[in-house]
Amino acid sequence: MTLIKAENIHKDYQLGEVSIHALRGITIEITTASFVSVIGPSGSGKTTLLNLIGCLDKPTSGSLTVAGTDVVKLDRKQASLFRGANIGFIFQDFNLLPVLTVYENIEYPLLMVYKAPSKERKRRVISLIEAVDLVDQKNRFPDQLSGGQKQRVAIARALVTNPKVVLADEPTANLDHETAFAIINIMKRMQRELGTTFIFSTHDQKIVSAADIIYTLEDGKIKNIDAKEDKNG
Amino acid sequence: MGSLFKIAIRNLLRYKRRTLLTVSLITVGVVFVFVFVSISGSFKKMMISQITDSMLGHLQVHRKGYVASIETLPLNLNLKGDAINRLEKVLNEQPEIESYSPRVKFGGLFSNFAETSSIRLTAIYPEQEFKTVPLLPARVIEGNKDLKLGGILIPELLARGMKVKPGDTVVVVATNVDGSVNGKQFNVTGILESATGPGGRDGYIHIDDARELLRMDGKQISEYAIRLKDFGKLTIFSKKLEQRLAKELNKQGKPMFELHTWEKLSPFFNIARMIDLMTFFIKLMLVAIVLISIMNVMIMAVYERIREIGTIAAIGTLPGKILSIFVIEGFCMGMAGALIGNIAGIVLVYIINLLKISYNFGQQKGLILHANIYIIEILVISVTVIIVSVIASLQPAFKASRLEPIKALRHV
Repeated sequence: MTLIKAENIHKDYQLGEVSIHALRGITIEITTASFVSVIGPSGSGKTTLLNLIGCLDKPTSGSLTVAGTDVVKLDRKQASLFRGANIGFIFQDFNLLPVLTVYENIEYPLLMVYKAPSKERKRRVISLIEAVDLVDQKNRFPDQLSGGQKQRVAIARALVTNPKVVLADEPTANLDHETAFAIINIMKRMQRELGTTFIFSTHDQKIVSAADIIYTLEDGKIKNIDAKEDKNG
Repeated sequence: MGSLFKIAIRNLLRYKRRTLLTVSLITVGVVFVFVFVSISGSFKKMMISQITDSMLGHLQVHRKGYVASIETLPLNLNLKGDAINRLEKVLNEQPEIESYSPRVKFGGLFSNFAETSSIRLTAIYPEQEFKTVPLLPARVIEGNKDLKLGGILIPELLARGMKVKPGDTVVVVATNVDGSVNGKQFNVTGILESATGPGGRDGYIHIDDARELLRMDGKQISEYAIRLKDFGKLTIFSKKLEQRLAKELNKQGKPMFELHTWEKLSPFFNIARMIDLMTFFIKLMLVAIVLISIMNVMIMAVYERIREIGTIAAIGTLPGKILSIFVIEGFCMGMAGALIGNIAGIVLVYIINLLKISYNFGQQKGLILHANIYIIEILVISVTVIIVSVIASLQPAFKASRLEPIKALRHV
């Protein structure tokens, strides 16, 4: 089933008097429960594409539908609500809230965005803390965690609202190779167990191999699409 | 809401030194205003009480037009016969009035048989007068406080200047309403301390003596001084009584009486207003301290946490909630400053009262400064600080809530 459908997306930025064409006519279709990688050199448009899918930005032209919603037409508040309900984010720098513990960071979207009842919140948070193997660290603050642990918290936070799609912008860039593989494996496991679509951008060719579909971008265009036959394999 | 408070408080504790400095600044401001209001309020209350309870009364009623000519103490503008009966009937109907005192006021010459000087006399029924201005007997610094027929209470200035002491015989000469002059001997009952300063030349005699001296036909009254049961209801009551008195018309269909509160009769009201004005400016300074310090801290807080704002906005936190987080931070700092400031202020006022600081007011020496704590002022100061704190954090909070998540996430 199609989850994300982008047709002929263009995104231009104005940098002073210079116009930058970040995306030039991207057309993609991503199905539910996919594990998608977007690769390409710096400036190829990976982050821009993820920002558009994540409703953080709007395309200059073209159409974009996420989970059946034409996200181009959403206003600021609608986009916020849509993100809270449908999209999870994993950031390169983890972006955990430093004043909240591991448990509270994961609970945050349920509390502030999802407004889940207390029992439901606790059940979901505990289940994800167990899934990312952070039970012993649940009362620690982010500055007491390693990079890998922080990213696992970020994954749990992204998944706690059961989003349809999780966007991860270079999630392993600040991690060592071993930890990066571990993080990708957790994401892959979550994708299988929860049926969530993961889209992540990366430079790391070795990490890319875990993806079912690989979009290669260059100069704002799709240069190559590499799809594995067995996407769970 | 609990989660928003938890996040806000933890964010404040994250920058402990900065938060502590800001809260301390607000606390110092609150303490300063608190102590100033307590002392100035007590001083003002004492001053008003000295004026009203020893001389003026809370309100005064005169015949229409009397106050405009009050400097000459015009006998031809005294209330007479029917007007007195009608006025006393109205006053007796008012449950708010504790007591009232009819007075005859006139000017005369005071002689000790060797020297003569001018004097202003207030003729009273002592029992009614002492109920209406209860501090008057306390002003008798020498001699007897009981004013009987044939007795006179004379001002300290005159007694000293003319070397008169209690028990001495003196003569008062006055011109009556027809222009004829009459004199009467009096026995000096007591010496009065002036309520208004060294220039006071006001003496007291019995009203029946005044009638004899002035050869009055029937009862005549210059003014009625009124004391209320609750001074706090002065404004409300004066309006009520004014409306009631407006219904009392003379034969020409014009109002017979005029009513004035102490504020309109005493120049000390301007001092009271000055105290209020100074208090207002002190409060304004507190507002400025809170406004600038909170706004400064919140602007810094927003700037330092732009990426965090971007993160919570990206994961779906609505702008209103982001605004709330920062407004609550300002609220918490204001609340803490107000709370600690009020506690410290109460302690400081308690210490001031323990020290029993003395001061002089007019002729009165060695008055003890008694700083009062006014609950209403505590509430006003606290609410002002909290509201200003919230207002000061609104602009930075609004800016935070309007940040584009994509730009905020890119912020370095």
